[in-house]
Formats: sequence, structure tokens, C-alpha cells
Amino acid sequence: MATVDRGTARRPLQWGHIRTVARTDLKQLAQARDYWIPMLILGAIFFVFVPTVLLFTITQLGNVNAVEQLSQALEILPEKAQAQIQGDTETARAGYALAVYLFAPVAVVVPITISTAVGAATIVGERERGTGEFLAHSPAGIREIFLGKLLASLLPGYLTTIVGFGIYSLIVNTIVGPDVGGWFFPTRQWWILMLWVVPPFLALTLSLVLRLSAKVQSTAAAQQASALVSLPLIMVAYSQATGSLYGGDSLGWYIGAVAWVLAVIGLWRGVKVVTRGRLLGVADEK
Amino acid sequence: MPEPEPTIVLDGVVKTFGANRALDGVSLRVPGGQITVLLGPNGAGKTTAIRMITGAFAPEAGTVRVFGLDPAEQGDEVRARCGVVSAKPALYDRLSGLDNLRYSAELYGLGRGSSVDARITEAAGRFGIDGALRDQVGGYSTGMKTRLALSRSVLHRPELLLYDEPTSGLDPESSHAVLELIREMTADGSTVVMCTHLLLEAEGLADQVVILQDGTNLVEGSPGELTRRYWPDALVRVGADDPAALDALRNHAGVVGYDRTDLIAVVRLDRSDRVPDLVVALTASGARVTRVEPHEPTLEDLYFAVRQGSGHSRLGSVVGSAV
Repeated sequence: MATVDRGTARRPLQWGHIRTVARTDLKQLAQARDYWIPMLILGAIFFVFVPTVLLFTITQLGNVNAVEQLSQALEILPEKAQAQIQGDTETARAGYALAVYLFAPVAVVVPITISTAVGAATIVGERERGTGEFLAHSPAGIREIFLGKLLASLLPGYLTTIVGFGIYSLIVNTIVGPDVGGWFFPTRQWWILMLWVVPPFLALTLSLVLRLSAKVQSTAAAQQASALVSLPLIMVAYSQATGSLYGGDSLGWYIGAVAWVLAVIGLWRGVKVVTRGRLLGVADEK
Repeated sequence: MPEPEPTIVLDGVVKTFGANRALDGVSLRVPGGQITVLLGPNGAGKTTAIRMITGAFAPEAGTVRVFGLDPAEQGDEVRARCGVVSAKPALYDRLSGLDNLRYSAELYGLGRGSSVDARITEAAGRFGIDGALRDQVGGYSTGMKTRLALSRSVLHRPELLLYDEPTSGLDPESSHAVLELIREMTADGSTVVMCTHLLLEAEGLADQVVILQDGTNLVEGSPGELTRRYWPDALVRVGADDPAALDALRNHAGVVGYDRTDLIAVVRLDRSDRVPDLVVALTASGARVTRVEPHEPTLEDLYFAVRQGSGHSRLGSVVGSAV
């Protein structure tokens, strides 16, 4: 493709441009209540509502059936994970296991779902609104525009997750903590999951979503295609996240490292797909 | 004294999109400090030419130089010195006018802060949109959006302004105001390149005209030069109480062409300063002259003459329509 930023590709990245593009996109997102209110609701359901109901049912209401079923389910956990479960009673152990091991999907589903929704519209949206013309003629390099848009897509999902994670920690410690000898959450594996494993999976997903957003003709098509891409990635991320929790610290570090390498490759390839021509809506350029 | 370097040079530029050859060997020169108007029908290659100038597209053949730089290699430097307004204003509807201009200010390296806000207010004030800066752009009228886009284009005080049909969708009053503002901008030394297919819009505004068709430039030059090139003779319409008395002009010195209808004669002269002599001769012959009207071919006449590829055949119809 002839539309390359040969000049800007050679000069160092201007972080000011990246920040400006990201900040402006986030500002627009903040103006779009119809966009961020569903995100907050999603975060609240996964991080607050569901854990509160489940943990409260098990630990405070003493639901014997639920505790028994959960205790049986815990037997399929790896021995290393079983050994780390704290608590003197069945109820305490069930609450601990639920809080530490069974909510891993929450940490993956929420950021990927939210960030995919934002990222899918980000480049094709510029083209549909005609604002891509402004960016294409601006001094911002194409890599800077791509990374700015990546940040603007990543931050809403990740920040919602971090805030949700904080609230979730509070809930878990309040409900389960008294039964297991005080505040215990987040565990070290959860810190590794949140800070080392989830971000690269999010970046990897977004690198694919932004590529799709640059290539397709409409926001609706971008959202459809992104859903197809993000669903298997959610499953992969879920299995790896769960593994990192079950398998101890070293497995978490290893999974995160592999994910970071894949994310960097994904981003490197993704940035090449975004061109000024695509911002202008001219895909068939020779 | 050597001629100053043109601000923009396109030399044999080719650009294709699929099977469509958008630019097919365009060559043009845009002198600094003037208004150059790219004229042509839809699909002539005007917008593609603008996109080549900013480096948004790279040429497949030929060369592009802007300020002596290659936009495909030094695009960021070229773009930083350009202000662009496209046919669609390209504004962010969810943001306020102020935030739209702040975004531009930051991308063009002006930074943030009160001094930048003052500059934004000044630029918006120049186009009469400063009172609406705090409002969300989604609520603006088409004219307001165009004014904001024009304000954005001059915010960083660029040397080169590229306007692609800036009056598209505007009512006549707003169009007139926008064209006046564009004219004012060359007063401070800016170079303006404007695309349009509206000939009336370009009339009186253009210092230089480039007529494009099917991705090639048919002709370029100042309207005066081009008019002289296509119509080297002065043209004057003469009327008299008795039109037959005008036939005496056929043999008058300097008359190179003569055509008369029942009402009026159209006389082609080798020089326009022969018109007073013409009137004196007619009066002396006893004719009662009722009308002497020099005819200046319009840009529209020129445009169609160039596109039809035959100035003289078009001259006939110019004369016909004038009569």
C-alpha cells in the first residue's frame, strides 16, 4: 500500500500526540452516556452484584446445599490450589475458594467486553463521521493515532476493572474475611493476574479489534467482527487467567510474559493496517 | 531577479484507486501568497490533489514538492505548515467548539493553557463563531460548522491553506462571507489553494486558475492570462438606432471580426484602446450610437472553452449569449 508515513515512521514517537488523541477520544466517550452507562452496569453486575449475592448466600445464610456442592467442586482444583484455601469450617473454605478462584472470569470478561465495544467504533467511526479527514491531514503520525486510540479503548475497560476489583476486594474481605482470620484479598496471584496477565490480553484483543475497525466499512460491521474475535480471546484469556491463579506465581508470570510477547506482535502488525487512506475512507488504494 | 520558488509543485503525478485513475499525470505550480483555484467537475481529481499535497496519499508516479519538501517523506513537517478544510467540516459533534479547536491546537503543537485559549477565541472571532465556542458542535448549523472549521484551519497560523469546497452546503449569504474571509487571508501572506466546481465562486477570487478534468490539468494561469490566451482580441458590443449603420465598422482600422444581429453588432478588435476611435467614426458617419459595451469573458466562458478544447468555437457561443 502506498499510503505510508515514511517520514513519521522514522521519527521518534511524540507522546504528546498519543495523549491528545487518547484524551479527546475519552472526552467524547464521557459525553456519550448511552455508551458508558451500560459499561458501568456490566462492571457492577460482575464485580458487585453477583459476588455479593453468592458470597452472602454461602457464608451468612449458611446455605448447606450450596456449601456442600461447592466443597465437592473444590476437589477438582489442583492440589497446590487446594492447599492454599484458608478457613477452619466448610463454609469458610467454600467462601474463600469462591472469592479467590471462581471469579477469575470477571477480571477478563469485563475489560475485554468494554474495551472491545469502544475499540470497534474508534477508527471506522472517524471515517463515518468524516473526522478522519482532520486526523489524516494533521501532523500526528499514524502510529501515534493508532496508539492514542488503543489507549482510549483500553483505559475504559481496564479502569472499570481496576475500580471494580477494588470494590470486589472490599466485598470479599467484608463477607468472607471474618471467617478466615481477617482481610486476605487480593492474594498475590490476583495481583499478578490484574497487573501482569490481564493487560496484555486486553492489548492483544484490541490490536485485533482496531485492525478490524480500520478495515471494515461501518461501525455495525466492526462490532459484529469484533465480537467474533473477542469471544475466543475471552475464552483463551479466561483459561489462562484461571491457570495463573491455580498454578501459583511462576505460572502466572510465565503466562503473562507470553501474552505480552503476543500483544507486542499484535500491536506491531496492527499499526501497519491503519493508514491515512483508511482514515479518509479510501481502502482500495494501490 | 530570480522567480521565487512555487509553494507547491506537482510534476506528472499519477494516483489510482482500483481501476480508477484519479490523477493521470497532473503537473501544476502554485505560487506563494496567492489564491489558486482548482476547478473541475466532480471526479476531476481536485480532492485527490489536495490529499497528495498534505502527504495523506503518496504518488505512484511523478513528484510532489510542498515548501520544497516531499510530503510522502516529510509529511509531518508539511502538514504542520498547512491548514485544511475539507468538503465536510470534519468536526467532533460530541465536543464543544472550544474542545474541537483545543484538539487541533494540541496536535499542531500549540499546547494548552490560557494563551492558547486566547488564540482560539481570536481565530473564532475572525470568523464570527466565538460566541458559540462553549456549545456542543452537534447543535451547530452548517454555516457555523464551516466557520468553526475555517477557524481551526488558521489557528496555528499556517503558511498554506487548502480548502476543498469550503462553501459546500452553505446558503448564498454565508458563502459570500466565507469567500470574503478567504480573500482576506492572503493579505497576511498565506497561500490559498481552493477546490470548487462552482464557477461563480471562483470568479473574482482566483489569482490563478487550474482546470482539471479526468485527473489531468487542462490549463493553468491567471484568469487574465488565460482569457487573453483564449480570446486574444478585444470584444465590444455596439448598438445604434439603425443597426445597419454599424456595418461601416467592418472596414475600420483594427477590426478583426464583425458580426451583427437585428439589434446589435459584436466587434472584435486587435486592441481595446481602439474603442473610442470606433465611437468617433460611427458618430461622424451619422449613426446614433445607443450602446457601447466591452465584453470581458467570464471564468465560466473560459472553463467551458478549455473543456471543449476550442476557444474560438466557444467564442461564437459567448458572443451569441451576449447578444
